[in-house]
Amino acid sequence: MAKVLVVTSGKGGVGKTTSTAALGAALAQNGANVVVVDFDVGLRNLDLVMGAERRVVYDLINVVQGDAKLAQALIRDKRIDNLSLLPASQTRDKDALTSEGVERVVNELKEKFDWVICDSPAGIEKGAMLAMRHADVAVVVTNPEVSSVRDSDRIIGMLDSKTAKAEKGERIEKHLLLTRYDPGRAARGEMLNVEDVLEILSIPLLGIIPESEEVLRASNLGSPVTLASPAGTAAKAYFDAARRLGGEKIDVVVPMERKGFLGRLFSRRVA
Amino acid sequence: MALVLAPDPPLPTWLSALDAQIARAPTFFDGRPVLVDLGALPSTTADVAGFLRSLEERGIRIIGTEGGHPSWAGVEAWGRPFPSAGKPGRPVEMPDEIAARAAALPEAPKPAPGGDATSLVIDQPIRSGQSVVFERGDVTVLGSIASGAEVMAGGSIHIYGALRGRAVAGLAGNGKARIFCRKLQAELIAIDGVYQTADDMPAALIGRSVQAWLEGEQMQMTALD
Repeated sequence: MAKVLVVTSGKGGVGKTTSTAALGAALAQNGANVVVVDFDVGLRNLDLVMGAERRVVYDLINVVQGDAKLAQALIRDKRIDNLSLLPASQTRDKDALTSEGVERVVNELKEKFDWVICDSPAGIEKGAMLAMRHADVAVVVTNPEVSSVRDSDRIIGMLDSKTAKAEKGERIEKHLLLTRYDPGRAARGEMLNVEDVLEILSIPLLGIIPESEEVLRASNLGSPVTLASPAGTAAKAYFDAARRLGGEKIDVVVPMERKGFLGRLFSRRVA
Repeated sequence: MALVLAPDPPLPTWLSALDAQIARAPTFFDGRPVLVDLGALPSTTADVAGFLRSLEERGIRIIGTEGGHPSWAGVEAWGRPFPSAGKPGRPVEMPDEIAARAAALPEAPKPAPGGDATSLVIDQPIRSGQSVVFERGDVTVLGSIASGAEVMAGGSIHIYGALRGRAVAGLAGNGKARIFCRKLQAELIAIDGVYQTADDMPAALIGRSVQAWLEGEQMQMTALD
């Protein structure tokens, strides 16, 4: 049974696109058949992060409006066979998306793939609403800072009321992905700590991605971090998150500042 | 607390917006004293007295006007502004703001339609941007009220989580209403129009289990633990 997952946040710049690419690739590396869909019409980025920007011919809007077939618009990843991208259009805007068109495309994708991962645009307007509309699962990407947490809270409220599932009286499964977590700054009290964020948002934690050079480098190379540096701490955190999405129970490790041998020995855990 | 209505020209357009608001929230003006700020109307406006009568015909209880132009016939008789020296007379909501918000936020949990229960229990957190308005009585929230969320009740408000947003109790002039919360981190609390912002709250109570009530026109707060 295919699952539709939306990666959303409300706030911009918190790591939605990076996380979409990394989670999509990680699920595919674990053997699932995955498509990542860019809903950020007009400001598309997912093609760059996936390293597919030179291969875009047709896009989501063409398919939604019936100008191209889905198979023509899907771009298969060159590194992993079972990972595909449905890019957004850069020359149009969100008004070109229609509710019926999006539903048709999502249903078609569900027949072909195990995971349909929708990369939501920032904001709470039409693009973001349509990206979450047909989701079964939501990953709420949050940075450990007050503005991001409050925007995430707003989005969680909308996931519980504006999605197709919510309107049918069902609950959408929601997970928190804490990104750009800087152990040093957290230790000095310059960032919200994990417990604070969890207490405010009160949804289960999917993973903590440390702030990392590897993530930045991977994005600029056009490769999801789980492919570019699979042995790194960020990639490992994404791999664990992907396995938790698949239903496995794995403890979340809070990244700690490396203070030598002792610091590494005592790592704190959050259930 | 007096509600301030500030009509702006053209008046027929403003009145029809008001009618739309009344249609959405028929009890909104019930029992509320209203102050009309005429400052935005040009001195050439015709028949302001007739305009005020048309407000009263809509069931709005006008207790005074301000900003009226001296050249208008009968302006002296329209009453002085509501004495604001006692409690802060700041309007909590302008009707059009509420209407705008209600339109923008249909996702807020709503009381069961058709029921005439006098209490409302909400078993989930109130998320940022959501607004719960329950004029008939008490509201009990089992989760937290997020920063940027608000709960407004005709009666008391009980919160079995953290209060990080706004709680407004005693909406329709109920000075006996109280606010209880397990963890006070509120942006604003108000009872019967007397309000306090986070800056005014005693620092010693922040983060604690607290109740708030009115004694005369003073808000009192004390820790529950």
